[in-house]
Amino acid sequence: MEGLKTSLKTSVLLKQLLNIIVLVKQVPDIERVKFDVETGRIDRSSAPAEINPFDLNAIEAAVQIKEKMGGFITALSMGPMQAVSSLRDAVARGVDDAILLEDRRFAGADTLATSHTLAAAIRKIGSYDIILCGEKTVDGDTGQVGAEVAQLLEIPHIYYVSRIIRVSENSITVVSEAENASYTLESGFPVLLSVTRDVNKPRLPTLKSKMKAMKSEVKIWHAEDLSGFLDLDKAGYAGSPTWVQKVIVQKEKTRQCRIHRQVEDGLQELMRLLEAKGLV
Amino acid sequence: MGDKAQGRKILVVAELRGETIHPVTFELLGKSREIVEHTGGEVYSVVFGSSIDKAKASELIHYGADRVFLFKDPVFSVLNPMLYAYNLVKLCREEKPDIILMGATCFGRSLGPRVAAALKTGLTADCIDLRIDENGELIQVRPAFVGNILAHIKTKTKPVMSTVRYRVMKAREKDESRSGLIIEKTAEKLFQDRIRLVGEAVPKRLNITDAEIIVAGGRGLGSAEGFKLLGELASLLGGVVGSSRPPVDDGWIRKEHQVGYSGSIVKPRLYIACGISGSPQHLFGMKDAETIVAINSDPSAPIFRVADYGIVGDLYQVIPLMIKEIKARRSSVG
Ligand SMILES: Cc1cc2nc3c(=O)[nH]c(=O)nc-3n(C[C@H](O)[C@H](O)[C@H](O)COP(=O)(O)OP(=O)(O)OC[C@H]3O[C@@H](n4cnc5c(N)ncnc54)[C@H](O)[C@@H]3O)c2cc1C
Repeated sequence: MEGLKTSLKTSVLLKQLLNIIVLVKQVPDIERVKFDVETGRIDRSSAPAEINPFDLNAIEAAVQIKEKMGGFITALSMGPMQAVSSLRDAVARGVDDAILLEDRRFAGADTLATSHTLAAAIRKIGSYDIILCGEKTVDGDTGQVGAEVAQLLEIPHIYYVSRIIRVSENSITVVSEAENASYTLESGFPVLLSVTRDVNKPRLPTLKSKMKAMKSEVKIWHAEDLSGFLDLDKAGYAGSPTWVQKVIVQKEKTRQCRIHRQVEDGLQELMRLLEAKGLV
Repeated sequence: MGDKAQGRKILVVAELRGETIHPVTFELLGKSREIVEHTGGEVYSVVFGSSIDKAKASELIHYGADRVFLFKDPVFSVLNPMLYAYNLVKLCREEKPDIILMGATCFGRSLGPRVAAALKTGLTADCIDLRIDENGELIQVRPAFVGNILAHIKTKTKPVMSTVRYRVMKAREKDESRSGLIIEKTAEKLFQDRIRLVGEAVPKRLNITDAEIIVAGGRGLGSAEGFKLLGELASLLGGVVGSSRPPVDDGWIRKEHQVGYSGSIVKPRLYIACGISGSPQHLFGMKDAETIVAINSDPSAPIFRVADYGIVGDLYQVIPLMIKEIKARRSSVG
């Protein structure tokens, strides 16, 4: 028994530690961002930028896997130079290395062009066992980039991961949610996992880790740095098959609320409503 | 001058849940028929399953498909998007559809991007409307920024692909006299298939997306106990219990009950929100309910702006009174 345990331990140590890549996006704080009603444009300067809330769960999942198994976590993001601050935040939350893909030629990308660029960088990073991403971003809201990246890398993916049950040196077991059922799935590496907000409760960075992160180096990769990995025709606005023809700012759909401060009156009205709906 | 051919062939990817075809598929078929009636063309559908037979597949014809491609193979018992995508991509290369539609469900949102990336084409997520413009091109309307904006998206490449939200489009009446072709296809397997199902799928007890009556509770409930009270009201009304996010986070209620941006989108006939403030993320999931009732102790709570009826008060006072009143009426009638 003891012997077995020791040999398992050594085999873990002998094996290369897990290489984990987390995809991260910087987004405007959605509660505060303003929209220009005329042009439908988003005024990104109107709100502070932060890590996409769903990505915090992906970072936390990576950190927890590393805590169990050992490993090396790289946070990868595509965006403008300002996104360096979000990558520093990722470092404060426990990732080991951070790379920002920044280039004029990457700008204006839709999900496919973004995925081509991210997949190119992942190929350049070279060795990876697990790629983690959040369920979706609060600004783009598509949830497409993860599976597109997986397809471009020709690796499997599992979406809507609500629990990570077990990680070993060559496989991971997770619970994946669908509307009508949950599935426990096991996958070998490499695999891409998209996690929901239920997978964990992201820890807050400590003051010490924040201080350390401030001094950390975020690598910046431009288009040249991806040469040989990325076909620039597939990146940025030029490489995006979809385009936004028009944007309409939604007026809040308000209703004429018949509001009652007297509970008795309100109750009578509710009973009439239930009656009208055939419920009483 | 425009390319009227864009609407010629529409492929609807059917979604099977267990043995049944999910209704979002029928809604997509309905929309596709509407489009081809306008542009000319045909509606195709494809279905993957381990036990689906021709009789079941012919439902797709009854709801509007002209031609159905049927992949029946035990490998499809596990939803492995890589495998589904592989076969779907192959079919698309043979049939060359102009438009591919899937539900914006877990199934479609997981499968769609793989297929789009493989076909090197654009995919628009979570559409709530599809229209053909004067040039015969497809306009895909979708919300973004937690529903704050609506974007009209066009796709330069072909096929045009979209995932479409459940319960926004209308299915046609089932017409069993409709005829069409069912073509059986052989599934191709992947050499190294890494994903394996462990044990059995665990079915969920609650189907909140289809619920007609929802009594939902928020942080204002104060504790898990509150959901017992809401449960009593819900069952009296023949409905189910919903929740905002915080009670789920605090473990008062299971995730399946959560309504909103990171939960389910619902469209009931009646939504009663108790102790829910009405955050944008919550409204995202329920603002299209037919009738919204809010019970909240704070008269300035934003939920009152989207509600049809509101009671300013303590839910622990209001709900028991409601329950009592409903019971009293029933017993006096019965
Ligand atoms: C990325 C992201 C995704 C999210 N997804 C979702 C989602 O899917 N669904 C969701 O709901 N939220 C979601 N949220 C959270 C959301 O922002 C709000 O925090 C949440 O909706 C607030 O829930 P609440 O209304 O229950 O709580 P609160 O905002 O705290 O409101 C509680 C209300 O209860 C009232 N109240 C208190 N006591 C009583 C009483 N005795 N009687 C009557 N009324 C009382 C108070 O007046 C108050 O209005 C998400 C947030 C983020 C960042």
